[in-house]
Amino acid sequence: MTWTDLKTALAGEGYVASDDLAVALHLALSLGRPLLLEGAAGVGKTEIARTVSAVRNTRLLRLQCYEGLDAAQAIYEWNYQRQLLTIRAAAEDGETGKAVEDRIFSRDFLLERPLLAAITQSKPPVLLIDEIDRADEEFEAYLLEILSDYQVSIPELGTITCVTQPIVILTSNGTRDLSDALRRRCLYTYVEYPDRSTELAILKARCPEVEARLANQIVGFVQKLREEELEKTPGIAEMLDFAAALMGLGIADLTEEPAVLHSTLTTLLKTQSDQARITSEVAARIAGKAA
Amino acid sequence: MSRVTKFAARDPGPAARVAGFVAHLRENGLRLGVAEAEVALAALTEMEAIHPDDSRRALRAVCTGSKDEAQRFDDLFDSYWMDMGRVRQKVVPTPTNTISNDVHSSRDAEGEDAGSSGTATAPDDQGGEVHSDGTGKLIASVQRNRNRRDLRDMVRPEEIAEAEEIARRIGAALRDKRARRRIAARKGDRLHFRKTIRHSLATGGEPLRLLRRKRPDRTHKIVALCDVSGSMSVYARVFLAFLAGLLRADARADAYLFHTRLVRITEALRDKDAMRAVGRMSLMADGFGGGSKIGPSLMRFAETYARRFVDGRSIVLILSDGYDTEPPHLIATALEKLRKRGCKIIWLNPLKGWADYTPVAEGMAAALPHLDAFKAVNTLGDLAALERELATL
Repeated sequence: MTWTDLKTALAGEGYVASDDLAVALHLALSLGRPLLLEGAAGVGKTEIARTVSAVRNTRLLRLQCYEGLDAAQAIYEWNYQRQLLTIRAAAEDGETGKAVEDRIFSRDFLLERPLLAAITQSKPPVLLIDEIDRADEEFEAYLLEILSDYQVSIPELGTITCVTQPIVILTSNGTRDLSDALRRRCLYTYVEYPDRSTELAILKARCPEVEARLANQIVGFVQKLREEELEKTPGIAEMLDFAAALMGLGIADLTEEPAVLHSTLTTLLKTQSDQARITSEVAARIAGKAA
Repeated sequence: MSRVTKFAARDPGPAARVAGFVAHLRENGLRLGVAEAEVALAALTEMEAIHPDDSRRALRAVCTGSKDEAQRFDDLFDSYWMDMGRVRQKVVPTPTNTISNDVHSSRDAEGEDAGSSGTATAPDDQGGEVHSDGTGKLIASVQRNRNRRDLRDMVRPEEIAEAEEIARRIGAALRDKRARRRIAARKGDRLHFRKTIRHSLATGGEPLRLLRRKRPDRTHKIVALCDVSGSMSVYARVFLAFLAGLLRADARADAYLFHTRLVRITEALRDKDAMRAVGRMSLMADGFGGGSKIGPSLMRFAETYARRFVDGRSIVLILSDGYDTEPPHLIATALEKLRKRGCKIIWLNPLKGWADYTPVAEGMAAALPHLDAFKAVNTLGDLAALERELATL
């Protein structure tokens, strides 16, 4: 399978990938390396993981990172309540300490969190570690062991090594610099906002019912809007919402009704100051340019 | 294809060439090790190497690790593989051109716009499209100093060491105890219920040993913006030493220079060799000592870098005298924008140390309502004295 095959396969699932992204993903799959994706919010970083899992027909395990995320939430935890109940029950039955101990520290009492679950699947799953930049730096250090050796050490149980190696995709919005140690273990791609033709292809793949003329206008409008000075630049998901909103209202031409166009801008502009900046006249002007 | 580098006949083969390429990247500042060379080779065997663009994409995915590196990669790739005979060429690390079209490095311009004060910027990529909304901006309307001054002449190694110590103390002073989540600790104010239960298993479910948790210290991240315009050049030595020291003392700090444009110098100052770091900084602070555009520079910062690097746990230090050639309301808008990100803003003004100073400069007056603190700083000693005041912030 070459990277162009992969790109076609992704397109079959409705994801239009750039050449850079397709090559990087192909290498990540064939070399068994994690793939680190950086880029603005809404350029399809998370979506690629979903699509890969669909293409490979495997499970998608997602770990959403946040500040304060720790090993108990990400790797494993013992099921304490169940262990306590078992100990009490065993005491009633008069079981001895050793037998009970062996029982309560077995795999049955282990709660698998995404990272452990990812290395114990029989078929290699896609492991998505989303917004890694939100997690603390300490957590990055946990990740290093898992990403390089694909194993987890549990003191009571021993080391669990991977059954199959998961496909790991990390995403980052760049809210802080990631450590060099993590970066050098990963392949890297910066995902840009798509160019006009790519975005048109995405719109066609996701909303095939949009007419070609309107699709052109929508994409042109959003592309022009990204050049304006906005606090939050609209991403691809916003563009698709915008298209859906226009379809729902039955609009066939962006330039026809400025008032309706302005009311649908709520799907694209997500802060008050952006909405104040793009007035109905500005929107009409951009639509006119884009047409 | 004719551009492809012709290697010497005694060249030992593709593996050596790839190793040479990795060495070439390393020389130009990318952090790569032996393992990367191995992966690069493995990656190339996965691709059809006769397509240079495919190989370029593959090597880019392997060898780069950040946006800046990815943008520089193309030049480095060309200079090694597409150079028709010249095997090595040192590529000067260029400051990224992501900023905007009204920011021009005089180095890039090769002096072509030297006499063109007052001309509009070149039209954008759309070609022939006319801006009707007046966003066309003037460049070179404020004189930029083209003589690059070597900052190494101004900063001595012992000053950096001293500044490093001061920066470390200031960093410690800014430590805050308002973390919300508690973590396990020997002496905590609350019970760590989960751990207590976990340990009680050893005693048959009776919690004999109580474990505790507390709110940990959370360090604030310092972001320093230093004005290096002409009016500030007297104080530049102190401030640059402070920046160099700050970045060496605090791994999470972030630093920028501005005069007529804004440059991020964090990466350069992280260099292990202190003097080489200052040397790299002077390359980036091209146009040092020229006019000052504080408002637009702060605006640029608020709209680009601040979105990534400034949050509620940041302290923004602005080192400037407030003499701006641009309208003062820009400063106010920029600071207001910054404040919305939840950070604290401290303005350190060398002029404030003068006996009867009042913030009459329009820019400074506009900035005042948005500041958390406004302090005088002339020397490293003054910076050290700030420690206690910052702790109470």
